[in-house]
Amino acid sequence: MTDQAYNFAYLDEQTKRMIRRAILKGIAVPGYQVPFASREMPMPYGWGTGGVQVTAACLVPEDRLKVIDQGADDTTNAVSIRKFFQRTAGVAVTEATTEATLIQTRHRIPETPLTEGQILVYQVPIPEPLRFLEPRETETRKMHELEEYGLMHVKLYEDIARHGQIATSYAYPVKVEGRYVMDPSPIPKFDNPKLTNNPAIQLFGAGREQRIYALPPYTEVVSLDFDDHPFTASKAAHDCDLCGSKGSYLDEVIIDDAGGRMFVCSDTDFCAGRRARGLKGRLWADPEPAPPPHSSPTRGEGGARPEDLSMKDRP
Amino acid sequence: MTVMEKMTTTDQPLLKVEGLTKRYGPRVGCLDVSFELYPGEVLGIVGESGSGKSTLLSCLAGHQKADLGRIAYDSRDVLAMSETERRRLGRTDWAYVHQNPRDGLRMGVSAGGNVGERLMAIGARHYGDIRDQAFDWLGRVEIAADRIDDRPSAFSGGMQQRLQIARNLVTSPRLVFMDEPTGGLDVSVQARLLDLLRGLVRDLGLSVIIVTHDLAVVRLLAHRLMVMKSGRVIEQGLTDQVLDDPQAAYTQLLVSSVLQV
Repeated sequence: MTDQAYNFAYLDEQTKRMIRRAILKGIAVPGYQVPFASREMPMPYGWGTGGVQVTAACLVPEDRLKVIDQGADDTTNAVSIRKFFQRTAGVAVTEATTEATLIQTRHRIPETPLTEGQILVYQVPIPEPLRFLEPRETETRKMHELEEYGLMHVKLYEDIARHGQIATSYAYPVKVEGRYVMDPSPIPKFDNPKLTNNPAIQLFGAGREQRIYALPPYTEVVSLDFDDHPFTASKAAHDCDLCGSKGSYLDEVIIDDAGGRMFVCSDTDFCAGRRARGLKGRLWADPEPAPPPHSSPTRGEGGARPEDLSMKDRP
Repeated sequence: MTVMEKMTTTDQPLLKVEGLTKRYGPRVGCLDVSFELYPGEVLGIVGESGSGKSTLLSCLAGHQKADLGRIAYDSRDVLAMSETERRRLGRTDWAYVHQNPRDGLRMGVSAGGNVGERLMAIGARHYGDIRDQAFDWLGRVEIAADRIDDRPSAFSGGMQQRLQIARNLVTSPRLVFMDEPTGGLDVSVQARLLDLLRGLVRDLGLSVIIVTHDLAVVRLLAHRLMVMKSGRVIEQGLTDQVLDDPQAAYTQLLVSSVLQV
């Protein structure tokens, strides 16, 4: 039900117009950070105020919204933002990536490939990739203007010098269409290859920093690297313990106090979809009928009982 | 080919400055400064504090905008260049050694990263090559190879200054600006640094503009000398000539003020 005291999707029409102008400019200049007059939202900074404003400006009543937080549909951030738009916009919501027309995400790109017509909205804490290398905003803007990106490689150099490899594992800097260096928001670098040539529109909103940037469909996005230390999309060297997927990004979950752990897909919709098709991982046990008592293949003494590991009871 | 031969074979000045003036409101930074610098030449600028020598240097290096005058580098008008071009020049053909190494170094980045930054800024993308060059340059400025991954904050003042020099010279610039490179160092460290600088300048055939108030430094390094007072150049000529036979009253005072041990 829509709360009638609010305009559709919470923001007033003039604000949405202003944000849409910023989005259009961002799409016209891929990777360029467009300043916009970010509004106070009824949530604290760091909870996705930028993403929520971009979503509000893009939503139409026909949209079907999906909100994910670290890949999951069922965490606090995702649930509250989804509810927020259910109440203020009355749009349909879904957890299925394929059904959604607009997906707001925090720190992940869904495993299921996106399609044309979908919009992916990222929540961005710090839009400036050069921030921790050069603290002056005036200087970083100049560096973007003049394409002085040598400093970004100094960071990667330091990684290799100290750790023997590029240790940056999330918010991995990318170059867009051979021009702007962009922070892809804190997505794991595993997701970086999904940025490039993506059929969906990708929009990035940073509320506190008041910046919007965008990748139009089929944009070339290259992760920065060295010739002799090429970029690699890394993930935990395991399969999902629930659905058995070998190629999805995994969360490590501690399941007892004796060293027991499991790896599960961070994308809950992807994982659930695979299980619905009958694919099973190492620790998956169907909730009913009750599993046979001997099947307890977990490591460690106090290994979790399989019936604890269904989706509902996931820690 | 030695530096002297190079100097005689090139009759085009590398840097030509005409009537350079910089004012800070009603106060004068530097006034009507003109000179030419030839390839391989070291020009010393001396004068007391507040005489405008640092202002002149920062105007030349493009850190400040001059009010009047012309600067031609390699017969290109520096002041008319776009900022992109000027900054590219600042990363490739020019180098600037600050008095305080903390201004010229990235203190949070390892020594190797500091040396490699200019290489990466002009497009080097091979880690092994960058690292080899960093090793090479640390060796040239007498910093032990095992310090390559240490941060400059762990270095002594003299080492920081040498690191700053390595970082600046790694892209083989043709023109180096130095602002009191030996300031704040004790005399024995100064002597080593000067030795090193003299060797590098000779081997690489660098053109250098060096600002200092230390006459011993210019005696050792500079071919030619400019004496500044109140923003104006009051005397210029060959270093030995100016120091041994000063003409202007202020230069006489300056030369006679040096303590003899």
